[in-house]
Amino acid sequence: MPSRTTGGTGPVAITKTAPQDGAERGDADGGGAEPGDTAPDGREQEEARHLNSPLLLTLLLLTAVMFQDPIRGALAAPVMQSWMTVFVAVMVQALPFLVLGVLLSAAIAVFVPPSFFARALPKHPALAVPVAGAAGAVLPGCECASVPVAGALVRRGVTPAAALAFLLSAPAINPIVLTATAVAFPGNPGMVLARFVASLLVACSMGWLWHRLGRTDWLRPPARASYEGQSKGAAFWGSVRHDVTHAGGFLVVGAMAAATLKAVVPADWLGVAAGHPVLSVLFLAALAVLLSICSEADAFVAASLTQFSLTARLTFLVVGPMIDLKLFAMQAGTFGRAFALRFAPATFALAVVVSALTGTVLL
Amino acid sequence: MNRLAQTALLFLLGATLLHAGTTDLYLRYVKEGLRPLVLLAGVVLIVTAAATLWYDRRGASTHDGGTPVHDHHREPRVSWLLTLPVLALILVAPPALGSYSATHTGTALTKPFGFPALPTGDAPLHLAVVDYAGRAIYDDGRALRDRELKITGFVTLDREGAPYLVRMGLNCCAADAQPVKIALTGNVPPVLRPDTWLEITGTYTPRRTKDPVNDGPIPYLEVTTARPVPTPHDPYDETWNT
Repeated sequence: MPSRTTGGTGPVAITKTAPQDGAERGDADGGGAEPGDTAPDGREQEEARHLNSPLLLTLLLLTAVMFQDPIRGALAAPVMQSWMTVFVAVMVQALPFLVLGVLLSAAIAVFVPPSFFARALPKHPALAVPVAGAAGAVLPGCECASVPVAGALVRRGVTPAAALAFLLSAPAINPIVLTATAVAFPGNPGMVLARFVASLLVACSMGWLWHRLGRTDWLRPPARASYEGQSKGAAFWGSVRHDVTHAGGFLVVGAMAAATLKAVVPADWLGVAAGHPVLSVLFLAALAVLLSICSEADAFVAASLTQFSLTARLTFLVVGPMIDLKLFAMQAGTFGRAFALRFAPATFALAVVVSALTGTVLL
Repeated sequence: MNRLAQTALLFLLGATLLHAGTTDLYLRYVKEGLRPLVLLAGVVLIVTAAATLWYDRRGASTHDGGTPVHDHHREPRVSWLLTLPVLALILVAPPALGSYSATHTGTALTKPFGFPALPTGDAPLHLAVVDYAGRAIYDDGRALRDRELKITGFVTLDREGAPYLVRMGLNCCAADAQPVKIALTGNVPPVLRPDTWLEITGTYTPRRTKDPVNDGPIPYLEVTTARPVPTPHDPYDETWNT
């Protein structure tokens, strides 16, 4: 390919001759004549001037192919191999659910009129929260699907409190996850009930908490362009493209974090915390955040943590689907960092307290 | 990353998923049951890429100049990270989890629901690693005594160099994979390389030990012969917990 020259002239010429790209850049940069007034924008403009991203992508892929032997050599150590396997596994496992969630969210954003949600949900936000929370039971998927759907609900005018209750409850209380829990804990049917009750409670409480204390300016304003003036098909696929590349990027961040933990942290640390009743709850809650296991599989992992009390394992099951590294990255991407930094710790604390209480009562 | 690069990336990602799903590659990472979803996701991603191009062209010819989308925010730069899984799957295609994870994770043996009757007769009995371990620990090897057993798994050496036969179990994806281990004794081959797949022929022995990682129970197996075998079609055992 001729575009593989490393000099600066080729890329510049190509940037100028790509009309489509030029139009979009022009939009994004607001004219693009000045070298930018804010720092990050300025950098991006600089990039736009010298290298356009399709070319950069081609260069990146070709370079990687050229140097594949040294890359493979560097990754041959067992730790790195194990890291890569877990990373790829999380991606391959989560992408289908992300894609399903994105399709659903695009359908909500394009085909469902906002008036539908106005009619379906109670007018008062405090009442809409439990309805939305319970509605989470019908989205059969794991947490990767619920983030884009919740984002679409907010953009569609659903009160954020209700959308957040849905975001938290959907991955934890849907039939697939509850069935998996029942299979994983054959001797403790109470676990299924406790998981359902605790998850729904946390989801609704977070919704109400947001209704009382939340401020809309923490939520990033709907970043997406409105799709008015476009055909429905163009709007639908535009939304799918945007959401997959966007949420997918954050999924990669989360998958890398989870792989690092799985490959690096020795499992014998588990035994240390298991003895102490309070410590074990906190430990498994932290572990749920760090491991970022899909909510459809976490019950089996919890079942194998036999050194820990049932309450501690319930905490693992309640915290995991609501907040983990992967989810945090995706929430920060969808709703903004200011939101995620407040929402995640609050969810974590509430989930730990509620599941400890539920565990003491029910298990 | 602009629209065109995103489209190219979506296409690559979809093609990679299709490649993994149509070969046995996906079995290194996720359970077999996820295959339709992986294929579907690959198709949707490719359709998305095609649709984006199609609407761009149509938009460019009807409205003059570019699509009517006015993306007022920058296209996310985080999308670049999506090149990593594509490169990892195409260039490296990391192997299924093996002895490294097995030595760092405790045995995940749990009490089976029951012990279905085994086929009788003089023929060697083919057992899964988890089946042998479950019967040896929780059934005191009642159905296993005086039988010739054949068990397949990969070799793992612990920190002292003691050999184990291991099979990783999977519930969803390799991130939740957990090993079940059998310790080897008797006529163990003198040189064992970790991650070699072996078919062990041997007999039950009541001897037991504890996993140094999580104190989980590990039964011993008295080895008669060991034969190297190719990696099975599905490197993980999906029979339990599903």
